Amino acid sequence: MERVMMKGNEALAEGAIRAGCRYFFGYPITPQNEIPEYMARRLPEVGGVFLQAESEVSAINMVYGAGGAGGRVLTSSSSPGISLKQEGISYIAGAQVPCVIVNVARGGPGLGGLNPSQSDYFQATKGGGHGDYRLLVYAPGNAQEMVDLIGLAFDKAEEYRNPVMILSDAIMGQMMEPVALPAMRTETTEKPWATTGKQGRSKPNIINSLGLVGEDLERINIELQAKYARLAAAEVRYETDGTGEADLIVVAYGTSSRVVRSAINRLRQEGKKVGLFRPITLWPFPKEALASLAAEGKRFLVVEMSAGQLVEDVILAVNDRAKVSFFGKLNGTVPTVREVYDRILSSLPEGGEG
Amino acid sequence: MKKVFAYPRALTKKRTHYCPGCTHGIIHRLVAEAIDDLGIQERTIGIAPVGCAVLAYEYFDVDFQEAAHGRAPAVATGIKRVHPESIVFSYQGDGDLASIGMAEIIHAATRGEKITVIFVNNTVYGMTGGQMAPTTLPGQKTTTSPYGRDTATVGYPIRVCELLSTLDGPSYLARVSVHDPAHIKKAGQAIRQAFAMQVAGKGFSLVEVLSSCPTNWGMTPTQALTQVKEKLIPYYPLGVFRMTEEVAGDDA
Ligand SMILES: Cc1ncc(C[n+]2csc(CCOP(=O)(O)OP(=O)(O)O)c2C)c(N)n1
Ligand code: SF4
Repeated sequence: MERVMMKGNEALAEGAIRAGCRYFFGYPITPQNEIPEYMARRLPEVGGVFLQAESEVSAINMVYGAGGAGGRVLTSSSSPGISLKQEGISYIAGAQVPCVIVNVARGGPGLGGLNPSQSDYFQATKGGGHGDYRLLVYAPGNAQEMVDLIGLAFDKAEEYRNPVMILSDAIMGQMMEPVALPAMRTETTEKPWATTGKQGRSKPNIINSLGLVGEDLERINIELQAKYARLAAAEVRYETDGTGEADLIVVAYGTSSRVVRSAINRLRQEGKKVGLFRPITLWPFPKEALASLAAEGKRFLVVEMSAGQLVEDVILAVNDRAKVSFFGKLNGTVPTVREVYDRILSSLPEGGEG
Repeated sequence: MKKVFAYPRALTKKRTHYCPGCTHGIIHRLVAEAIDDLGIQERTIGIAPVGCAVLAYEYFDVDFQEAAHGRAPAVATGIKRVHPESIVFSYQGDGDLASIGMAEIIHAATRGEKITVIFVNNTVYGMTGGQMAPTTLPGQKTTTSPYGRDTATVGYPIRVCELLSTLDGPSYLARVSVHDPAHIKKAGQAIRQAFAMQVAGKGFSLVEVLSSCPTNWGMTPTQALTQVKEKLIPYYPLGVFRMTEEVAGDDA
């Protein structure tokens, strides 16, 4: 393990290379430019291909081609660009092609701003493109997780033959932190389904998402749903910090979870019983873990940089068994520790003073 | 030696779904013959469009990916970059290539992407029921230009070969027709040449094939072929628009 100081975006890019990613297709957009720039420099050194596409639409379709052909392929963008990729993502999910898509999210809607935001949660976890499909969505909470989760993302994408998304944001991408980099991976996965040319195979490999006949489409969708059910059963990840003894549990991911952690540490020093629940997979959502905490009588506060997206999944998970309050930031800024501290204090139940 | 009537190995035995008299079938055959001739079936990968040829992957006995509408050149790019030694071709209609997929085709061409594009220009959107295409002739009636294409309000058709010939990337650009046996033979030679360019490692190659759509033109197959000869060819002149350097085995 090599320890280095890296920006989140660069840590992610180097993590991808070390996980065996050899193809990158993308289009410039702030605040994710460090990723394509890093890849443009680094991929030729390891015998890979970097190509700046004519648009995000083309980039995601290049990803579909490269992933279908068996390559370990990455694309990254930021919110408006991720919107453009949605048609392609739907095709990739339908055709069951592995790939990894990074969204270094910024504020919207429309052109929005360049500041960090968590307002693409719905888009990432509930579809975004057309049809009944799911992405495995990871939300890293620090630069180390950028490295670890991008490696995991490639493995899971291939294991399930499904697109995987990393939902990051402008702050996560820019902050410098120490990271431990894994060794360069050399092993590759067998992909007997990939379009390589028949090479003596008796049947051609066909990659598509077409089901013109009703029964075909139903069969495809049943197969997909079975896969998503396996994924949901096996791939949930989250972190808990002091949730066992807490009266109030703050739910947050990514950048907002970092602010929450600081606020909670301060409150704990003051004797308050406050915990952090941090989903690492946004889909599949850790709903059972939240449901059992709700059954224990905990209260919840959801903190996110949006008008309230994650909070809907928390409410669904606790299913009326617990009180859920919400604190959201809409102006493309990160909540301050003080703001979150005050919000937690006012959400604490009577006697939460411990 | 080529057996003239042999069934191409690169085609499956599946019956196509094309309408009677539709020239998509002839074009499939010419593509398959070129693949056979060059001995590249085992390393060829096709990309099917969204359009009447959406099921092309059922008819060619080679690996295939089905692309979103217009995106075939981007998909082809991704595949070719992973397998540079393979032969990658897209098969696209005029709505697919010259309307929704215009950015993809121009950029694949200007990058000199080492792929081959078979561009089937039948002047309408066949699959969706005969709407106006970017290649619909002035005055031509379609379901969305019921009074005939009015150039004053919707502008003029796009001549794809001429447009792409302003770029430095392409190695071969040609327009052919399949309305009679003599032209079919020439079309076969052009398609073979386009693939041969890729086999030789040259850049982007494209063959535009003027094709008939009797169904949406409201014509019999024979009338439709006459329409190609008398109306399409004068607007879309046949010929080679780019030939960087002739490559091996052009004897078909
Ligand atoms: C994004 C998107 N828009 C529209 C369509 C509907 N659509 C299907 S085929 C087609 C046009 C096909 O025409 P063309 O490319 O000329 O091919 P042809 O059918 O004539 O061979 C359209 C508009 C679609 N499938 N996807
Ligand atoms: S609609 Fe036109 S292009 Fe499509 S199969 Fe029929 S004749 Fe051919």
